[in-house]
Amino acid sequence: MNIHEYQGKEILRSYGVKVPNGHVAYTVDEAVEAAKKLGSSVTVVKAQIHAGGRGKAGGVKVAKNIDEVRTYAEEILGKVLVTHQTGPEGKEVKRLLIEEGCDIKKEYYVGVVLDRASSRVVMMASEEGGTEIEEVAAKSPEKIFKEVIDPAVGLLPFQARRLAFHINIPDELINKAVKFMTGLYTTFVEKDCSIAEINPLVTTGDGEVMALDAKLNFDDNALFRQKDVLDYRDLEEEDEKEIQASKYDLSYVALDGNIGCMVNGAGLAMSTMDIIKHYGGNPANFLDVGGSATAEKVTEAFKIILSDPHVKGIFVNIFGGIMKCDVIAEGVVEATKQIGLEIPLVVRLEGTNVDRGKEILHESGLNIVPADSMADGAQKIVSLVK
Amino acid sequence: MSIYVNKDTKVVVQGITGGTARFHTKQMLEYGTKIVAGVTPKKGGTEVEGVPVFNTLQEAVDQTGANASVIYVPAPFAADAIMEAVDAEVELIICITEHIPVLDMVKVKRYMEGKKSRLIGPNCPGVISADECKIGIMPGYIHKKGHIGVISRSGTLTYEAVHQLSEKGYGQTTAVGIGGDPVNGTNFIDVLEAFNNDPETEAIVMIGEIGGTAEEEAAAWIKANMKKPVVGFIGGVTAPPGKRMGHAGAIISGGKGTAAEKIRTMEECGIKVAETPAVIGETMIKLLEERGLAEKCKTH
Repeated sequence: MNIHEYQGKEILRSYGVKVPNGHVAYTVDEAVEAAKKLGSSVTVVKAQIHAGGRGKAGGVKVAKNIDEVRTYAEEILGKVLVTHQTGPEGKEVKRLLIEEGCDIKKEYYVGVVLDRASSRVVMMASEEGGTEIEEVAAKSPEKIFKEVIDPAVGLLPFQARRLAFHINIPDELINKAVKFMTGLYTTFVEKDCSIAEINPLVTTGDGEVMALDAKLNFDDNALFRQKDVLDYRDLEEEDEKEIQASKYDLSYVALDGNIGCMVNGAGLAMSTMDIIKHYGGNPANFLDVGGSATAEKVTEAFKIILSDPHVKGIFVNIFGGIMKCDVIAEGVVEATKQIGLEIPLVVRLEGTNVDRGKEILHESGLNIVPADSMADGAQKIVSLVK
Repeated sequence: MSIYVNKDTKVVVQGITGGTARFHTKQMLEYGTKIVAGVTPKKGGTEVEGVPVFNTLQEAVDQTGANASVIYVPAPFAADAIMEAVDAEVELIICITEHIPVLDMVKVKRYMEGKKSRLIGPNCPGVISADECKIGIMPGYIHKKGHIGVISRSGTLTYEAVHQLSEKGYGQTTAVGIGGDPVNGTNFIDVLEAFNNDPETEAIVMIGEIGGTAEEEAAAWIKANMKKPVVGFIGGVTAPPGKRMGHAGAIISGGKGTAAEKIRTMEECGIKVAETPAVIGETMIKLLEERGLAEKCKTH
């Protein structure tokens, strides 16, 4: 799960990580009020969307007085920002962070991530602040320093110090940098983050070490114990179909093709997209109905797939292991009847009770094209939507 | 021969009184797996499918001599269940549970350092040695005894590959699902090594997917050590970056973990990568024919 920058900063502040003062604003008037409350000589107006690259897209402006705050707030609120992370359709700005400006001496990068290879949490730091870490990693990997953290003891002070010295934080600010990093690590583990990235971390003219930006993502599997994080969820930032799918415990990802897919199992679902592409088609989605699909779930899955206007055909690919093919077949028939499907539907069933499943589809009298294998099904649906 | 599990493996089911666990306990017993005990706190003294239930894992192990455990415990409590099994020195722990918080698994891995247990999973279908022992949730009937070892990060995709092999007459030694999570117990290399040392296994199917670099590391290991032919497959060529594709570990992040990169590395290391998931079986048979192993591996 993603949250907004201002929400991330709220969480960090509660763990003693220094962030600039600021307030969220949903309207221009609120933005002006917030700026007045801050009373700083320089105010930053920042678009709050769940995507990076906001600065380059014109979503971050520095205002020197209240009038400018008003002008920029008017300009940014409601604007559709297109960044390298939003996709070409962009994202509409509905919230602003009004923040006090600070006197930046130097920008750095600090991030906490899971390192899959070592099965440990790693803190990374670099002197190349403001640049994307992937870019630094590609161009000058020697400028990225890493500390692997033992979960039994957490980030140790010497590790934080070592990172701070490596990235050339001035001596007089080392202790503040250590406190910052320790707070960041604690946030990561106590809030079940999947990423906690500060880019840039800055040192300021008045001797502070603070987070100018904050990107916090959370482990969806841990949200059951992070109720306060869940409160930060902004449904407007998420794909409507994905939200609907999550309600029914379906795993769905929207893509830009025209062949809807319904599959059981994540690996098979991904491979079904791949094989459609292999035969010259374009998948409209990833959809894993899971191992315990009921007729109701299958119906919901169909509704979600069909709510995408680009879908011109559906391929159902099921390898019934524990899940029985006859149950899936009944679900498909039921869903087709309920929804009144008007586009081609290819169904490939394999596994437990497959013969009964095929019979059910055949007896239904519905216009369902059966497929003998994954390849056969993919070829059939591709030719049917052409 | 087979790896990890055989007809002598004695299994304890953790969380045996839950609905899913009950169902699969029955399935496993029907397959012939020796299920000797179950564990559910506060349900000690009861029975599930004739299997005695204990309050603690230690008690179950002490009284029944179980040397493998399978975990169906809900995600919030699964990490604790794994560590309970590690503490009782159960040799093989297979965790089926999905959606375990990743930081719980980081702790589990730390806890397991220097301990005797092997963990397979979490978020996996389990392990099966055809006709001997099935531990997990896979459909038993598609598996036939033979000479191909199968390793996979995905459940249904494993069934797809196994089904293709069995249908064409090529049985398997053992099929191991290592799971779709970013932090797991047993990785590709562990299983590859076991298959390399297993005299019955003649060839290996390795199924990976987007996310992480486990396939690349396994490919390098294969190039340096593997004596047997390997067919590979990677799911997720069309997966968009930054999106989690069902499995917690299946995500391309920061340009890393793409299918293209994995396929390229695997091919460079001498692995024959199947072009589509529909031809994993065919690709294996062709490779066996090339190596003069087809006849030896054809089992039924």
